[in-house]
Amino acid sequence: MEWSGAVSLGAMTQRITRDEVVHVARLARLSLSDAEIDEFTGQLGDILEHAADIEALDVGDVEPTSHPLPMVNVLRPDELRPALDRDLLLSQAPAAEDGQFRVPPILGEEP
Amino acid sequence: MTAHEPSLPEEWELVVGLEVHVELATKTKLFCGCENKFSHIPNTLTCPTCVGLPGSLPVMNEKAVEFAMRLGRALGCEIHPSVMARKNYFYPDMAKDFQTTQYDQPTNADGQLALADGTVVGIERAHIEEDAGKTTHVGGGGRINDATYSLVDYNRAGVPLVEIVSRPDIRTVEHAKAYVSELRDILLAIEVSDAKMEEGSMRVDANVSVRPTGSDELRTRCELKNINSVRSLGRAIEYEARRHVDLYTNGEAPRQETRHWDEEGGRSTAGRSKEDADDYRYFQEPDLVPLSPTAAQIAEIDASMPVLPAARRARLGERSSVADEVIVTVVERGQDGLALGAIEAGADADKVLTRIQNDLAVDDWSAVTGESLAMLIQMETGGELTATQAKQVLGEMAAGEHGGDPKAIAAAHGFEAMESDELETLVDQLIVDHPDEWSRFVGGDDGDRKKMQGFFTGQIMKATQGQADGRAVAQLLGQKSAG
Amino acid sequence: MSALDLASAVRSGERSAVDVIDEHLARIDARDGEINAFNLVTADAAREAAAAVDAAVAAGKDPGPLAGVPIAIKDNMCTTGVATTCSSKILEGWEPPYDATVVQRVATAGAVMVGKTNLDEFAMGSSTENSAFGPTKNPLDTTRVPGGSSGGSAAAVAADFASLSLGSDTGGSIRQPAAFCGLVGMKPTYGAVSRYGLIAFGSSLDQIGPFSKTVAESAALLEAIGGHDPLDSTSIDQPAFDLTSVLDRGVEGMRIGILRELSGGEGGVEGLSADVIARTNEAAAALEKAGATVVEVSVPSATLGLSAYYLVAPAEASSNLSRFDGVRYGLRVDAPTTGEMMTATRTAGFGPEVKRRIMLGTYALSAGYYDAFYGKALKVRTMMLQEFASVYADVDLLLTPTAPTTAFPLGDRTADPMTMYVNDVCTIPSNLVGHPAISVPFGVGDDGLPVGVQLLGPALSEPTIYQAAAALEAAAPGQGSLS
Repeated sequence: MEWSGAVSLGAMTQRITRDEVVHVARLARLSLSDAEIDEFTGQLGDILEHAADIEALDVGDVEPTSHPLPMVNVLRPDELRPALDRDLLLSQAPAAEDGQFRVPPILGEEP
Repeated sequence: MTAHEPSLPEEWELVVGLEVHVELATKTKLFCGCENKFSHIPNTLTCPTCVGLPGSLPVMNEKAVEFAMRLGRALGCEIHPSVMARKNYFYPDMAKDFQTTQYDQPTNADGQLALADGTVVGIERAHIEEDAGKTTHVGGGGRINDATYSLVDYNRAGVPLVEIVSRPDIRTVEHAKAYVSELRDILLAIEVSDAKMEEGSMRVDANVSVRPTGSDELRTRCELKNINSVRSLGRAIEYEARRHVDLYTNGEAPRQETRHWDEEGGRSTAGRSKEDADDYRYFQEPDLVPLSPTAAQIAEIDASMPVLPAARRARLGERSSVADEVIVTVVERGQDGLALGAIEAGADADKVLTRIQNDLAVDDWSAVTGESLAMLIQMETGGELTATQAKQVLGEMAAGEHGGDPKAIAAAHGFEAMESDELETLVDQLIVDHPDEWSRFVGGDDGDRKKMQGFFTGQIMKATQGQADGRAVAQLLGQKSAG
Repeated sequence: MSALDLASAVRSGERSAVDVIDEHLARIDARDGEINAFNLVTADAAREAAAAVDAAVAAGKDPGPLAGVPIAIKDNMCTTGVATTCSSKILEGWEPPYDATVVQRVATAGAVMVGKTNLDEFAMGSSTENSAFGPTKNPLDTTRVPGGSSGGSAAAVAADFASLSLGSDTGGSIRQPAAFCGLVGMKPTYGAVSRYGLIAFGSSLDQIGPFSKTVAESAALLEAIGGHDPLDSTSIDQPAFDLTSVLDRGVEGMRIGILRELSGGEGGVEGLSADVIARTNEAAAALEKAGATVVEVSVPSATLGLSAYYLVAPAEASSNLSRFDGVRYGLRVDAPTTGEMMTATRTAGFGPEVKRRIMLGTYALSAGYYDAFYGKALKVRTMMLQEFASVYADVDLLLTPTAPTTAFPLGDRTADPMTMYVNDVCTIPSNLVGHPAISVPFGVGDDGLPVGVQLLGPALSEPTIYQAAAALEAAAPGQGSLS
């Protein structure tokens, strides 16, 4: 079956560079092996190549729509609702101590 | 005529913008019905939404929106339709690893804050966002860099905040401090927050840079965090500005970075370098819909706006000619209503304000009314009471003695101003009885004169049981020594 | 026996809900080892719930319109105390402390959950081969995929493990598996069904919807789950649908448009197989015969749907999946620092397709690329909305194939992501614009496997859609579906 709408298998495009893949993986807190970096560079490149039809589009005056729904002002009254049982919440935690979630040392300042 | 920061050399000018995060005093959090309060017991004020459990969704608190708009109007801002946005970054106190905030379409923009001395600081924006949880670092002295592990509490996660960003219009440390206290007064007046820096319901970060005096460039700025009091704010800005000046003077330049203020050590330190100086990848929050305030809502907010501190000061300023500090103090103490009442009842405005400032620094003055204060001032002006007596009567009015009625209080003490010949007779007698002291008063140097004046005044006060009018005494002494 | 007949029998006491459940559990036991529709079979809880239904009936209480009907729930919807994994290692064993709103609503309707069904990990896929717990097989031919991402829910109904099931549809994940398994599958108007408790993939695209053998059952289930939910800000403020009453009305007088760009027309998407196009044309002819007017219409931007979707969905997903960081729930891979722990956890916990989409989404949102990619995709959405609106000024509904082919063999499309993505080409546009769409079985392909045709309508046109779907179902050629 020919999929002429799709890009040919395995074509390496320069849509996204290896360095960009590494950068993006770091932003997303994913660590990739060299083989994975290569693979993803190719695959993401294919997908972005396909999206080139969007990139090339001249949509100057068109407003973006973030949401299919035209609703505004959905608000709730400032009223109390019951909290979650803490033991239940922490029972699912990978590590807990003194009623708190325990994590390894956090290095690096908060942004 | 821009003020110059005195701690900097003449040729360097301070450029400061302040970012203040204010916790809104709503009953519940921004996106869920968890209680918005401080609790010592961690993770008890949480639910799927504020802990960001998979599948949870936010729903906006209408009171938080109202408070945010009220805050914006109190700062003279334009209120705009707005959208919430996601600010994406990974940190364990962020339950969703993104913060829901406002980015390019904030609720409030383009306002200003007038300081007591008339300086105006521009407000760029005041937007709505959610707070993060709290992390505690355990082991190694509690500092983040030495910890053996950390603990996270999400009680505070989701608390509604407004972030107020000023324009970099602040030129002196005193103005920075005044900005914060004026802002606090406004927040209290409009009742949207208890704005306590020490408790974290108002948090101040300072963006500090310097530039050659008179230029309009904006040089590299550093953001200072961990400022926990107004005093610290002053010290931090002063330190940081000098650090920048020193760098430039040595042919170097400050790096754009966030720095941590160390109050104990009296210095700022660089945060860890962030290679990914975070790309927050802002985009519109798809789980919320836009806010579109109506003209009616904004009108309602404007109509119910209380008289703000600047206006309260102005009201007194236009009726009197006392120094600014007097008015500032009276308004700060909340005694301007009382002053206005007394002035409206016919008392002299300057006398009213001075008397309040000097003699009504008490916790509870609710027994004093505008009418009774006016009466007291008139009794003094008309000569029925000396200044000293008036002060005493006011004290007892505040304490509620005799129902706060100045006439009754004065009568109970048997106060009446001394006749001036009575006083003169007394002075003449004392001059006879104390010739050495008198010659020292008449012929001595300034030091002697002062001392002897004190001596004679003291004697007179003893003889009259404090009922003599100090000014009349001084006048008489002066007359007699000249003549 | 249809779900409606079952419910009827249980409500009248003619059949015991426990017997019904036992029957289905026996079938699951016998065959799910092969099919792998379920991540978890909740046998004990199901029997308990069924017993409660029987007790209610015995006590003369109303057990609900779907009393005793066995239902399977896609494993990306939260169920209190019951593992909800999204078929991912990162959530393996996670037990939510709360129910999704739809889960509560089906329980209120009296339906009995028999288990959580398999899906492509985090709903990202079109074949259920991306599951961390092994693929689901198509019950009609176990060498083939059931479609995805709701493949488990589709297989469960196709194999009679449950009468009904719930799936989620972000780009076609209900409709395409329905087509592949010979079922009715429906994606409601965005906002018609609450997303509270649905573990989010593409927040502005996701909707929960029903799988069933017949249109009538689909209508009944949608009636039970739809309607406003105050816990979901994107939920439309309207009551549940009334659909059952319109099912018999037929299509006399309706205008139906064949959407050229998605039906093999010139200038449209390519890769639609000839037999699928043929079945769609036959469906059009059948509708005409039943009294509808069928015309050809054009929505040129429909051809951009795939590209826009593969920017918008991953962008939102990349943010939605940030919360899986090993701190609060799910998998944690330990490391010396929290930052490293987060990275190690996510790296070990997510499968390759999820990683691919997270990176694609992160890239599309990142500084420098937002405008070219994500920003533009949002504009394509606007264009689509406008074009659909003008088309619906002329016709009531649109008709297209649901999927480009019949169910393809396992392993056929896993080597190249793009070949998998094109599965969604006909279904994606309705997700982008938030419009409802249903897939109804209509004949078989050259390989004897079911073909589904799709009816699309404007927002909140569910009654019209179901009306036409019922007519289509009545006119469909006999198929080899199990019933």
